[in-house]
Parts: sequence; C-alpha cells; structure tokens
Amino acid sequence: MQLIINGKPRGFDADNFSVAELVSILSLEGKRIAIECNGEIVPRSQFSETLLAEGDKLEIVGAVGGG
Amino acid sequence: MSDLLKIAGKTYQSRLLVGTGKYKDFTQTRAAIDASGAEIVTVAIRRTNIGQTAGEPSLLEYLPPEEFTYLPNTAGCYSADDAVRTLRLARELLDGHRLVKLEVLGDPNTLYPNMIETIAAAKVLVKDGFDVMVYCSDDPIIAKQLEEIGCCAVMPLASLIGSGMGILNPWNLQIIIANAQIPVLVDAGVGTASDAAIAMELGCQGVLMNTAIAAARDPVLMASAMKKAVEAGREAYLAGRMPKKLYSASPSSPTTGLIA
Repeated sequence: MQLIINGKPRGFDADNFSVAELVSILSLEGKRIAIECNGEIVPRSQFSETLLAEGDKLEIVGAVGGG
Repeated sequence: MSDLLKIAGKTYQSRLLVGTGKYKDFTQTRAAIDASGAEIVTVAIRRTNIGQTAGEPSLLEYLPPEEFTYLPNTAGCYSADDAVRTLRLARELLDGHRLVKLEVLGDPNTLYPNMIETIAAAKVLVKDGFDVMVYCSDDPIIAKQLEEIGCCAVMPLASLIGSGMGILNPWNLQIIIANAQIPVLVDAGVGTASDAAIAMELGCQGVLMNTAIAAARDPVLMASAMKKAVEAGREAYLAGRMPKKLYSASPSSPTTGLIA
C-alpha cells in the first residue's frame, strides 16, 4: 500500500500494518518521535493497535534546535 | 538571596531562557547552554528525516529532557491551526509536557507576529490545558488580552527576531510590565549583554534569546556574558536605581573638612 509520510508518497509491500510496524520498518524505534495520522495524533501507547490504510497521511516529527 | 523566576507554578533559578538553534554543532550548543546557566531551553518541532536517521546524533542526547525544561515552540507557523497542531505533537513527543512557547508569524521577511492568529491559538491551547508562554508584539493592550485569555507569560519582542537591534521601545515594555500580573519576558531582538541588562532593569522577569548567543563570534563566551547581564540587570532592578538628574547638587564626597 501507499502512505504519504512527511509529505512524500511511499510504497510498502505489506498492507494494513500498524503504526508500531511502520516505526520499525523506518528504523525509528527508540527515537523520540510523535506521529499524526490524517491530522490526528496517534498516542505512543496506541502504536500497536492503530492500523494504517492505503493513502493515510502521516506526519512524523521530532525535536530539533530552535529559538 | 532567594529570587526565583516562577512560571506556571514552577520555579527556576535562572532568568535567562535560551534557544538551541543556529549553533555550529551539538557540542557547541551544549557548551553555550551550560555557560548561560539556562534551565529552560526552546526547541522546534520538525519532520523527522526518514531513512537517514540511523546513528545520527539528536539534540535530545546533548540536552537530556531530564536535565532541562524544554520549551517547544511553534516557529515557522503562520496560522493558529498549524501552531496548535505543532504543540499537540510536541506534547505527545515530550510525554504530556504542558509548558510551550506560542508564536504565530505574520510575515517571512520580518518574522513579525500575527497577533490575531496568536490570540486564536492561545485560546485553544489554554482550553486544552497547555501552559502558554506567548511571543507577542509590544502592544500593551494585546499583552493584557493574552493574560486575560490565561497565558502563563507574555513575551513581547524587543526588536525583530534575529535582528540584534536591542530594545527599541522601552516605554511600551514598561507599560506592559506595569499592567501585567503574569511574568513578562523579552523575547527576540537582544543583541548583546547590555540589551539583556536593560530588559531586566525595566522589570522583565526574564529574557529569552537565541541568535545573540549563537551568532556571536564566541557563542560560549557570549552565553556567559548574557548570564551575568541578566543577573546584573535583575539585581539593579531589585536594588532600585537612583533617579536621573540633569545636574547633581549632591556630591558624593563630604562638603566639609576641606583644606583651606
């Protein structure tokens, strides 16, 4: 399926996997990140149970230097 | 002397708040922040680099959130909706952290704040349980409105973000300070140590800066200078300065006992 991650389309072999699996596929495990799916925050505690679907728009963010 | 900065029910020793952007690298960021003595540090929320993050150092490793109070900002947001979204992500990112810096910009050239959008965002965020420190114009009426909305601190600009122009309108800042029941901090525009000292002498509760330190030739030394300036300015404010007089009819040395 295809997801839009941080504004860019990205294809995946598998379908309907969870946010937790996406985090693993993207090698983001252990990183301090926050994820929004279609404009709604996905709490970290719900990564495993939140399933993704074709065309979902995800924002994956972290903290960077700023003023 | 116990003179603590109190924001949203929490106290801090340092009245200098610093940004974490524009440094050469994270080692310099850390060294400058250590020299500044700051306890509250601002961070920006940005999209993570997908596919290029393995092994890449992160700001959080150099500034552990257990050691500092993070102040996530909404820099780069031009609408209330984007600012609110950004800070909700920040809250999730930082495990339910509530203290945030709201700024909604109005123009990419001047980075001047859009106060209509800022007020709209502040209302939503306060209702949503955030402790909102708000970057604003130096308009006393706007500052009062932000306080009435429930912001925990107002942070008027001294001059434009990153300009280093110093305090352009001390009179407005004085009016804002005189009317405020919440802390007033100067945010933006400080260029050098004397600017920070003047802000504190006016009665600001603190100063927030980034570029003045990061863009100095020696950022770590400037961070140390800023620490002293904020402390000196605060002490001068508490001490109460002498009145300005065009002529002094009061010499410091005795007027009697002069040799003939």
